[in-house]
Amino acid sequence: MNVAPRLTGLAGDKASPTLLELDRVSISYPTSDGILTAVEDVSFRISAGERLVLLGPSGCGKSTLLRAVGGFLKPSAGEVRMNGRRIGAPGPDRMTVFQEFDQLLPWRTVLGNVRYALERGRALSRRDAEQIARRWLERVGLKNFVDAFPHTLSGGMKQRVAIARAFALEPALLLMDEPFAALDALTRRQMQDELLRLCEETGNTALFVTHGIDEAIRVGTRILALTPHPGRLAATFDVPPETRARGTAGFGELERRIQETVFSAPEIGHV
Amino acid sequence: MSDIGAPKLVRAPALRRALAGTPWRRFIILAGFALVWELYARWLDNGLLLPTLGATLSALWSAILSGELPNRALTSLRVLITGYALGVVIAAVLTTFAALSRWGNEALGLLTSMFNPLPAIALLPIALLWFGVGTPSLIFVIVHSVLWPVALACYGGFLAVPPTLRMAGRNLGLSGGRFVAEILVPAAFPQILSGLRMGWAFAWRTLIAAELVFGVSARSGGIGWFIYTNRAQLETASVFAGLLTVILIGLLVEGVIFRTLTRITVQRWGQVQT
Repeated sequence: MNVAPRLTGLAGDKASPTLLELDRVSISYPTSDGILTAVEDVSFRISAGERLVLLGPSGCGKSTLLRAVGGFLKPSAGEVRMNGRRIGAPGPDRMTVFQEFDQLLPWRTVLGNVRYALERGRALSRRDAEQIARRWLERVGLKNFVDAFPHTLSGGMKQRVAIARAFALEPALLLMDEPFAALDALTRRQMQDELLRLCEETGNTALFVTHGIDEAIRVGTRILALTPHPGRLAATFDVPPETRARGTAGFGELERRIQETVFSAPEIGHV
Repeated sequence: MSDIGAPKLVRAPALRRALAGTPWRRFIILAGFALVWELYARWLDNGLLLPTLGATLSALWSAILSGELPNRALTSLRVLITGYALGVVIAAVLTTFAALSRWGNEALGLLTSMFNPLPAIALLPIALLWFGVGTPSLIFVIVHSVLWPVALACYGGFLAVPPTLRMAGRNLGLSGGRFVAEILVPAAFPQILSGLRMGWAFAWRTLIAAELVFGVSARSGGIGWFIYTNRAQLETASVFAGLLTVILIGLLVEGVIFRTLTRITVQRWGQVQT
């Protein structure tokens, strides 16, 4: 490869302390055809306040990495450390927003879903939990739907509930696994803008997985690009705040650069 | 952020809503059936083989007034509820165990596939040997008839819980019994409910059949015993009255208890289509 923009991925914002550290993580699992290596030798750090985006085509293991950070699966080599401690089991300090709409409990109302998560995840009393839940649902624009059951909501609204639930738990690290991938283009754009606003307001640290370059630039402060089969770090891109607005020259330029470095397969993009 | 507005709903006119429901069609079918019964019985004119609907209803009425039938029904229901509750509890313990451990999983799979095809009533001779003639034997066969279908349904339901929902639960730090009780059970409730329903139907049939096979003592027998003694005395109208009671109780539990349970749970949660 002749492109080599900052291949380490280890350079975080050095002013803030490291929150999460992946140290030479490889993840493989057995399939019927043998052992499949999904991620190979990936290292990076996330500093507090950062929004790191893992960007790559399908098969690059970005979701697998997120699962490992979430504690849902164990790396076969290397370590995932949070505040210096190795991650074992899932926990509410790493709330995840999944792509699938069925992440909400169908037997609880919109309010019930957020309240229950607060009761269990933050061990709050029912009253405190309800108060915080209402506040967050209002923030994501669902004030009129607190008593609705999830199955009556549109996909975008379900994701709003999941986002409200995740933020309400005030996790040290917010994990987002392509949360908008199943939404229509218009809704997706709107949700990206609103998520960005929430993140900036709360200053939450986040790890965001996506395959959309524009989405990565829109929501991230730093982008790690991965190449597939097996997933490896390919390049790092910093996203300066002024580049974040859609339609600006910087946005387009960065989009083009990422496109060229990461997504152009050698046999096609060679000319 | 701008709030999303609530959707507008317009209710359909009352008459159209009433006609759209099924009750009136069922009522007409039922009336037709009653008419055919009555006419055929009159034409046959043999009360020993087939009493008329009128004779059956009057036998039913007098058996209710004398207090015999309500007593018999209560006896049956008491045994039934004891056995049913016991069966459901054992099923719950087994499936929890199966959901949490590999050994439990294998054990449940093996036991259900072994015992589910075995009709409960076939165990009656063994039950009589072990527990003698009486309620314990009845409860034993009922537990057997409830346990396996309910356990099978629960377990199938647990397996069908979407992985995302499981992860969402574990993300909150839930594990063990709490994870089963607060995530798996409600998520699998549609299947659990149909298992409970099936278990109820099996238990009810098994009980009546068991009561028919052995009568306990005349004083403490249930509806099955009521049917059996009346047949022995050639009181065919009362036999039919007994059968009618079995049907009515079955319908009542199905139509009232289970339907209500479905409406306030899985239907409200959007897990089944109406």
